[in-house]
Amino acid sequence: MHKIRKALSSMSASLLAIAAGLLAGFIILLISNPANALRGLATILLGGWNNGMKGVGQVLYYATPLIMTGLSVGFAFKTGMFNIGAAGQLMVGGLAAVYVGVTWTFLPGAAHWIVALLAGMLAGMAWGMVVGLFKALLNVHEVITSIMLNYIGMYGINYLIKNSHLFDPLKNQTVNVAAGAVLPKAGLDQVFYILKGKYQDASAVNAGILIAVGLAIVIYILLNKTTFGFELKACGYNRHASRYAGISESRAIITSMAIAGGLAGIAGALMYLAPASGMHIHVAEVLAEQGFNGIAVALLGMSNPLGIIFTGLFIAHITVGGSYLQSLRYMKEIIEVIIGLIIYFSAFSLLVRDVIARAGKRRARKTRLLAAREGQDNLSIQKEVDG
Amino acid sequence: MSDYIIEMLGITKDFPGIRANDDISLRLRRGEIHALLGENGAGKSTLMSILFGLYQAEEGVIKKDGRPVTIRDPNEANALGIGMVHQHFKLVHNFTVLENIVLGVESSRHGVLRMDEARSRVMELSRRYGLLIDPDALIEQITVGMQQRVEILKMLYRENEILIFDEPTAVLTPQEIEELMRIMRGLASEGKSILFITHKLAEIMAVADRCTVLRKGRSIATVDVRDSSPEELAEMMVGRKISFTIDKQPARPGEAVLSVENLSVQGRGDKKAVDGVSFEVRAGEIVCIAGIDGNGQSELVYALTGLMPSQGRIALRGRQIDQLPIRRRNDQGMAHIPEDRHKYGLILDYDLQQNLSLKRYLSQEMQRRGFIRFDRVRSYAQGLIERFDIRSGQGPDTLMRSMSGGNQQKTIVAREIDIDPEVLIAVQPTRGLDVGAMIYIHEQLVRVRDEGKAILLISLELDEVFQLADRILVIYEGKLVAELDAARTTQQELGLYMAGSKKQEASHA
Repeated sequence: MHKIRKALSSMSASLLAIAAGLLAGFIILLISNPANALRGLATILLGGWNNGMKGVGQVLYYATPLIMTGLSVGFAFKTGMFNIGAAGQLMVGGLAAVYVGVTWTFLPGAAHWIVALLAGMLAGMAWGMVVGLFKALLNVHEVITSIMLNYIGMYGINYLIKNSHLFDPLKNQTVNVAAGAVLPKAGLDQVFYILKGKYQDASAVNAGILIAVGLAIVIYILLNKTTFGFELKACGYNRHASRYAGISESRAIITSMAIAGGLAGIAGALMYLAPASGMHIHVAEVLAEQGFNGIAVALLGMSNPLGIIFTGLFIAHITVGGSYLQSLRYMKEIIEVIIGLIIYFSAFSLLVRDVIARAGKRRARKTRLLAAREGQDNLSIQKEVDG
Repeated sequence: MSDYIIEMLGITKDFPGIRANDDISLRLRRGEIHALLGENGAGKSTLMSILFGLYQAEEGVIKKDGRPVTIRDPNEANALGIGMVHQHFKLVHNFTVLENIVLGVESSRHGVLRMDEARSRVMELSRRYGLLIDPDALIEQITVGMQQRVEILKMLYRENEILIFDEPTAVLTPQEIEELMRIMRGLASEGKSILFITHKLAEIMAVADRCTVLRKGRSIATVDVRDSSPEELAEMMVGRKISFTIDKQPARPGEAVLSVENLSVQGRGDKKAVDGVSFEVRAGEIVCIAGIDGNGQSELVYALTGLMPSQGRIALRGRQIDQLPIRRRNDQGMAHIPEDRHKYGLILDYDLQQNLSLKRYLSQEMQRRGFIRFDRVRSYAQGLIERFDIRSGQGPDTLMRSMSGGNQQKTIVAREIDIDPEVLIAVQPTRGLDVGAMIYIHEQLVRVRDEGKAILLISLELDEVFQLADRILVIYEGKLVAELDAARTTQQELGLYMAGSKKQEASHA
């Protein structure tokens, strides 16, 4: 019973954080264009529903990499590590997947995209493992290595793409992956579309969302039901006691960072194993934003893999909602600010929970004092209550 | 003015599943030393935490000088002149003594620290109360005893009149305890009022004026110490008559289980923390390593258990283990009750059953193909909870952090004894425990010995050493300086060896 209550109380903190973020967003809407502010807020809250089932599909589509990077960051959090390198792991994983997707055309049928996906995972794992190795063997803090590796990854990828057959110089991005390497739709395009005349305008959603949700469940089981997860979490809580109990701390750090990297690598693969109309890796000096948004997704989901599914969906929801805001003549930047605010507030969600708890106590004390006033020392207690 | 500087009247405090304080009243007179006696989990720390503003009581009134006050947090307590020395000190380890004392109440001019002023005040207080400190030493470099004096000076520097000591002697050597008693008497004679949480009867008899006894969250009585006896206090605390000595037959040692040859551990700088130590622990005996804190005991244990690298040979039942990782040593039959239960012994954010299975979760019984069998873990934990009488609010699901120190320690002892080890290394196994729990753990150790296990006990408390040890090895500056037969040695003689003023020339096993 108390487990359920605990889950509810941490959820209420997340919801409160979101509400506060939305309120702050509303104030910004009011400032920038008061006439449309209410409609603007409604648009954000509606998210994908602004555009029927296609919009909902888009939410699922955008949520896919966010859930994956959220899992990556959340998993590392559980084992006491801060993986700020999800962006780099995602890009490295993405490139590996694209490489296999473009080049290994000898692979038959579904094997092609599956192998490409695994390649993305392995590349991400390797990238994450470097961080773990540095931490475990040389005691270099993971934040430093993973930030460095973000940039090494980004520039390295740009270099590799530009100097290989993967480069499409006209669009300054990677070439299309082979048809067999494109993630299957898994029938989702038959659900998430809108009719334009007789034409079904389907959303970009694909099997990626199913893979992401499935992996979230796998990670949940891994963390909570296995001896392996027991050891990893033990290291996260108290590495001294874990060592004392015979757990190899170095191994835990290396494997946990490898898994976190692998999850982010899969995020990249799921993003870029897309048809010609979908996402490609741009040769630009920009780190993948999904990597950083993963931090917010993990925080807001309290690092719980199942919570992360919902917070990933939520952030995608308001992002898609925000894209429709432009029809109300809001600048694209405004929605970025609002999302930023919600993310910012999410970091305070634990603080918010504390405040609620304290407010509860204060009420209890006041009643106690009032009861005590029945006693002899009327005057001085009166002062306490007034003061 | 009221006779009483502090009155806590009808205090009630609930925690999930447990009523920690049930209508407790406590009156502290000006200038007295008032002991608060009770077993672990009796509610002593809770009551003091309420006075110090860390918890809020559900019911009851606190009065200062006869007037009701509310204390919402330690700052408000501080403003009322209430200071507290916690059992686990609250010091910044890489700050100096002086910096720690002034932290939070720094005197400054235009935002610039004025340490000179603070220094002269601290040194004046230090002289006045006989609290010897080195103001420029870093906290991490000074002894526990001096750290405690720093905590006391922190209270005096804030001009607190009511001083709460939470089990202050738990971490001290016999000499330091003497010193603390002297300091406390000095403070009281200067008009400070002292609340002294303890479960050591000798200390109460030595230093306290009055004593309030708590049991299971209720106050049993407040007595004048002069008119009472240790036996009477113990009976009130435990609720039944208890004997202070345990039944222990002479040891019948068998073959060597743990053999250590020429073991050395590198200390800070060039000095060796453990220097060429050789000894044996045989089956069916308790060997105690006695010594003043900081003479290499911790490092010796870390080397034996694999937490720290070492040179030399360690063998368990003839098999060399000094190069093995910790888990392999555990598997070979080494159990370890660690010195620092919060750092090494427990994962405070795991619950009771997870902590009880911390060394067993990999066994066939508790996992299948890597999946934890939660039902087995739970029933195993429930068994240990019953057998070792571990008290908690929510049984196996209780978060370790929320349990009392004594029950946390019982958790470790239960876990380590139940893995059925060849050798049990117990470091201060009863540190911070009440008489009841202490006797219980002592009995368990003797029982394990009589089952033919080897026990290596490291203790700073002479009473414990003489209560349990069959053989005593004295460690001084990283070397074993004496081997003594426990039955034929006096505390005085042992004290001389511990202080390094006497050495055995003859070589020893």
